[in-house]
Amino acid sequence: MNGMTVIVKKTTQLIAGIIFLYGIYIILHGHLTPGGGFAGGVILAGAFILLILAFGSDFLHLVREERGSTLYENLAILIVLFLALSGLVAGAGIFFDNWLPHGTPGELVSAGLLPLYNIFVGIEVAASILTIFLALVIFKEEVLK
Amino acid sequence: MMNPLIPLLVAIPLAGAFLTIIIGRFITAIPRYMALATLLITAFISFWLLIAGGDDRSVYIMGGWEPVNGVAIGIHLVHDGFSALVLCIISFIGLLSVLYSVSYIARYTSENYFYALFCLMIAGMNGVVLSGDIFNIFVFLEISAISSYALVAFGVEKNELEATLKYQVLGAVASFMVLFAIGFIYWGAKTLNIADIRTVFSQGHEKGYYLLVQILLLTGFGLKAAIIPFHAWLPDAHSSAPSPISAMLSGVLIKAVGIYVIIRLFFNMFEITEAMAVLITTLGALSMAVGVLLAIGQWDIKRLLAYHSISQMGYVVMSAGIGMMLLARGIRPEVAALAITGGIFHMVNHAAFKGLLFLNAGAIEYSAGTRDLHEMGGLGKSMPVTSATSLAASLSISGIPPFNGFFSKLIIIVAAVMGRFYLLAALAAVVSIITLASFMKFQRYAFHNGEQVKIRKEIREVPVPMLLSMITLAVVCLLLSLLALPGIRDAVLTPATDILIDQMKYSSQITGM
Repeated sequence: MNGMTVIVKKTTQLIAGIIFLYGIYIILHGHLTPGGGFAGGVILAGAFILLILAFGSDFLHLVREERGSTLYENLAILIVLFLALSGLVAGAGIFFDNWLPHGTPGELVSAGLLPLYNIFVGIEVAASILTIFLALVIFKEEVLK
Repeated sequence: MMNPLIPLLVAIPLAGAFLTIIIGRFITAIPRYMALATLLITAFISFWLLIAGGDDRSVYIMGGWEPVNGVAIGIHLVHDGFSALVLCIISFIGLLSVLYSVSYIARYTSENYFYALFCLMIAGMNGVVLSGDIFNIFVFLEISAISSYALVAFGVEKNELEATLKYQVLGAVASFMVLFAIGFIYWGAKTLNIADIRTVFSQGHEKGYYLLVQILLLTGFGLKAAIIPFHAWLPDAHSSAPSPISAMLSGVLIKAVGIYVIIRLFFNMFEITEAMAVLITTLGALSMAVGVLLAIGQWDIKRLLAYHSISQMGYVVMSAGIGMMLLARGIRPEVAALAITGGIFHMVNHAAFKGLLFLNAGAIEYSAGTRDLHEMGGLGKSMPVTSATSLAASLSISGIPPFNGFFSKLIIIVAAVMGRFYLLAALAAVVSIITLASFMKFQRYAFHNGEQVKIRKEIREVPVPMLLSMITLAVVCLLLSLLALPGIRDAVLTPATDILIDQMKYSSQITGM
């Protein structure tokens, strides 16, 4: 694939950043507003997928990209697991315990560990959806060869 | 203070799976040892909980969300006599399968994915067994099911892909039915906690609705357990998978996500009704008889073993059904207890001998390069250890003393006779004889039938790790007979039976009242 026309490329370049920021917003406000790690992660992956679709698969080295996204995915889920395990050592000593101070409800930095879970779940979901997309594209390229 | 080891049984294999992928990317020799270490720790914890747990069953509440006014609000992990036993089966057979894989999987590519999926499957099964919450059972069920789809297809040849497609389609149908039933339960009971659901339904429920939920769950988990009308996927999937995975699927997966959940839900969540008991007993007897009849004509050793899995699981389901029937009628609870004990005992035994038989089949395939009984013969001379261990396993599955299969089948048949189910007792005995015939065929054609010219290459015994896991399982087949002794039975099997029979015990430990 060689990608699409200049118009599409330019528009995508302009939009992708905004979509990316919106995904981050959704993730960070996961404990306050609707949405959260999963929804925000899907939006983040959407920004990447849009770029790949517009610029074509030659532009990005897909296989290397896929390796990176797998790595991020595994790291993120490990961190989520370790956050859950951290409850065993800190605080009340309970798995999945929300041991950080909860703060004032409604503020951005509140709800203890929940924003951290949201952030890493967001990374995990973004990376895994990107991995699935890349795997399908790579498979198609291999079949075409 | 809640026992922190309980969530670790799910967390450790999960961490093992993802660490394996990350580290295996940089150092290719590490994954196998990491999987081995993960399974060792899991096995150690399971056995520790079985031995040290003793009578005080423990409930673990995730995140410390204690019940409010006796209504459970958090996610509960329940570790009791029955789940302790199944956890031990999972991690022990898993450990030996990984040990076996160290040599066996070396001929495949991308080893690290194999071990990662393996750990993921273990995490899923541990989760299903520990969960005290019906929606979490579904979540963990999907984790183990999806990783097993990938593991069945690990060879990526035509047969494997066809088998995994069939498995996935039927598995998805099963998951759909389970989810559908969970939706219905949530709609009716407004709760997902198994103990709570029981309390709500015991205060009154609509008959047709209750029956629909029961049938949906029985069909869904029956598909996972491959009880006879739902068995179509099993022979293909279990024979196409790499042998250590076949051992896991047949020895552990169909029990942990199928039989275990059926028994748990129908004893601890639903009221025991006679109609359901008759249905479950019939399904069990049917799988027992039809499974073995289908197995007779098979010449592919792994298909033969797969059909025998259906038949042997029939014994477990049937004896649980007999127990249910007696409990529903409210007569002779001691016979019901005996029947259920027999069923659970047979489930443990089946894990050992069927795991071993699949590992033997894998060893034959590894050395001789074939699974067809016609093409083998005289392997007894060149592969003495495989031959001896498979003889032990064959004698166990056919119910020859002093091997474990004899005692569990004996208990089941005695319980059936005492409960006045003479026809079922006779059927169980006849099926056992046909099983013996079928395994005599396996022994004769594979190991004793004189030299065959069809296999040209020189056949040697398999590498040491494979031998080690086969010998361990053969010894375990003998040692498990000890569970029939009264003292050991009271310590291991009776707690499992008690939790199923005592209607109040399971819910009282969760709501804390």
